[in-house]
Amino acid sequence: MAHAEAHAEGQQHPLGIYIKIWALLFVLSTFSYLVDYFHFEGYLRWTLILLFMVLKAGLIIAVFMHMLWERLALVYAIALPTIALMVFIFLMTHEADNTLLSRGIYFLGLGGS
Amino acid sequence: MTNSSTGQVAAQPEGMQSIVADWSSDQRAFKNVSWGKAMMWIFLLSDTFIFSCFLLSYMTVRMSTTIPWPPPSEIFALSFGGEPIPLILIAIMTFILITSSGTMVLAVNYGYRKDRAKTAILLLITAAFGASFVGMQVFEWTKLIVDEGVRPWSNPFGAPQFGSTFFMITGFHGFHVSVGVVFLIIIARKVWRGDFDKGTRGFFTSRQGRYEIVETMGLYWHFVDLVWVFIFAFFYLW
Repeated sequence: MAHAEAHAEGQQHPLGIYIKIWALLFVLSTFSYLVDYFHFEGYLRWTLILLFMVLKAGLIIAVFMHMLWERLALVYAIALPTIALMVFIFLMTHEADNTLLSRGIYFLGLGGS
Repeated sequence: MTNSSTGQVAAQPEGMQSIVADWSSDQRAFKNVSWGKAMMWIFLLSDTFIFSCFLLSYMTVRMSTTIPWPPPSEIFALSFGGEPIPLILIAIMTFILITSSGTMVLAVNYGYRKDRAKTAILLLITAAFGASFVGMQVFEWTKLIVDEGVRPWSNPFGAPQFGSTFFMITGFHGFHVSVGVVFLIIIARKVWRGDFDKGTRGFFTSRQGRYEIVETMGLYWHFVDLVWVFIFAFFYLW
C-alpha cells in the first residue's frame, strides 16, 4: 500500500521541459553576469539584477522543485511565511538608514545640531 | 483523483477552496506529498529564514557604513595572462551550480523511471560539480585570506564589515554544498546497489527507501542553487 501510494505521489514530467528551463537558466545567468561586465550603474543595474534574480529563482522553484505541479495547500504553506521576510527587510532598511544618519551626525559631524 | 487515505474517489475542490479543504480535512494536509518530502520543504523554509537573516544583516551593515563598500567586481576578478576579467571566477561557479541542478533534475526523472545506472551516474556527476564548486570556493577564500589579507574584522579595500559578511554568507553556503555532495554520494550508492528496488532497510531509520528519496535530495540541491542565485545577485553583483 505504501509503495503504490508513493508512485502516485512522485513528480514525473517529460524531459523536454527540464532541458528548456535548464537552457533558459544559462541564458539568464549570462545576462546577470553581463550586467557587471558592461558596468551598468545605478537604478538600471539594480533593476536588471533583481529582474534576472527573480526570474532564475522562480524557474528553479516552479519547475526544478516542482512547485508548479504541487497542490496549493503546500505551495501556500511554503510561500506565505516568506511575507515575514518582506516585513523584516522593510524594518531593517529603515533601521540602517537611521544608523547611517546617526553616524553622520555624531561621528562625522555632518548636518544636524 | 483517488483519495489515498480512504481509497475512495472524491471530487476535490480547486483553487483557494482546495487549500481550505486540504487543511481542514482532518487527515493529512499535504495530500499527494509524502511526509518525507513535506518535511524537506519545511526544513528548506527554515533554512530560507537563516540565509535571509545573513543577507539582511549584510544589507544592514552595507547600508549603514560610512566607509565605502569594497568593489566586489574588482576583488573577484581573475586574469588569465592578460587583462583581469571582472567577477569571472564567480560567474564560472554560478554556471557550475546551474549545470549541477540540471543533472540533478535528470537524475530525479530517471529515478522515477527506475533506470538505476543513469540515476546513479547523474547523481555522481552532480556530486562532482558540487565538489568542484567547493574547490573553487576554497581557491577564492585562500586568495582573499592569504594574498589580499581580508579578515573578518578588516580588509585593505574599504568597509571592514565586508570580511565578516563574506565569510559568514559564502561559508555557510559552501557548508551546505559540502553536505549536499556527501548525501549525493550516499544516495548514488543506494541507487547503484538497488536498495530502492529491493526494499533494503536504511541503516539509520530502518525504513525501506523509495526512488522518491532522489527527488527529496533534489529539492535540497536545487535549494542550494537557489540560495546561490540570491548571494550572486546581492553580494557579488550589487
